[in-house]
Amino acid sequence: MVSNDYSSDIPTKMSTKIVIAGGFGAGKTTLVGSVSEIPAVTTEAVMTEASIGHDDISATPHKVTTTVAMDFGRITVDQQLIMYMFGTPGQTRFWFMWDDLVRGAVGAVVVVDCRRLAESFEAVDYFETNRRIPYIVALNRFDGQLEYTTEQVREALEVSPSVPILDFDARDRSSGGTVLKTLLRYALSTNAAAAPVG
Amino acid sequence: MSYRKRRGSRIRPYTFTGGRTRSRHPLMVQTLVSTADPSNDPPAKLMPESQRIYVLCRETRSVAEVSAELKIPLGVAQVLLSDLAELGLVYIHPTITGNSPSENQVLERALRGLERLFQ
Ligand SMILES: Nc1nc2c(ncn2[C@@H]2O[C@H](COP(=O)(O)OP(=O)(O)O)[C@@H](O)[C@H]2O)c(=O)[nH]1
Ligand SMILES: [Mg+2]
Repeated sequence: MVSNDYSSDIPTKMSTKIVIAGGFGAGKTTLVGSVSEIPAVTTEAVMTEASIGHDDISATPHKVTTTVAMDFGRITVDQQLIMYMFGTPGQTRFWFMWDDLVRGAVGAVVVVDCRRLAESFEAVDYFETNRRIPYIVALNRFDGQLEYTTEQVREALEVSPSVPILDFDARDRSSGGTVLKTLLRYALSTNAAAAPVG
Repeated sequence: MSYRKRRGSRIRPYTFTGGRTRSRHPLMVQTLVSTADPSNDPPAKLMPESQRIYVLCRETRSVAEVSAELKIPLGVAQVLLSDLAELGLVYIHPTITGNSPSENQVLERALRGLERLFQ
């Protein structure tokens, strides 16, 4: 990585990223805020809407810009390593933004509001379909409601048998920390499985 | 009961404005950046926005933090940082994606850090 003379003066610091996905109102921002060492920050990306119609290529491209907001938080895990948590934009039409966030991520957490399972389907489907990064499912039991068991949720959302599913409370720092540790352990186990023998 | 629907029907009519990066180093939202020589003043030839980035990055921070703190969209921050790196004014730190077994050591460090912080 070190390819420039001036870089030798700079203490080596590195970063990683975890993606927090899920349906609207599932508790993504709440989770980011409860584990982050800084208040959750919102940043914006400007997206340009390309022309959608296939059959009027001769027409002047009609461009509209849209601003997509996303939140992130940060954990300094040791002196040289910072872990960022990025919440995906809620609206599912911004899949492009998801791709940009997912690229280079260590893994993802899909936060599920147990009262509205259907809202989580698209996020689960995204990670099941593209399989580029390990993901886990975190069930946010609003007000302690236990309408479904973990295995019922797995079946309903068609989550692969190997993907960890756990209960948590997005408002609780320690509970959120357990979610992150579960994701890291799972990511390490999937790497170990993929490593060549010897 | 299943919510699984037809796959592959996602439409993506949006593209990132100004997502180009000239740098050979990956410049992702989580990537850390530092001003190469923090004791120097920003070169006068730089655009005002780039000067602000130069000053801000005297302390290491991520691309996303640069964007949020200076209130410039992510795509624009990426382009300006990439240009600064090209000029040798900003250093781009390594980004750990953890997706290859060779990076397991770093992931293990991350896990130990989390275990220490969230007991
Ligand atoms: N009672 C309860 N409320 C929660 C919990 N998690 C999140 N909320 C609330 O639910 C709302 C939506 O959460 P938010 O994190 O903004 O959802 P997001 O859209 O996924 O980012 C907020 O008003 C939260 O305060 C929870 O575990 N229990
Ligand atoms: Mg939110």
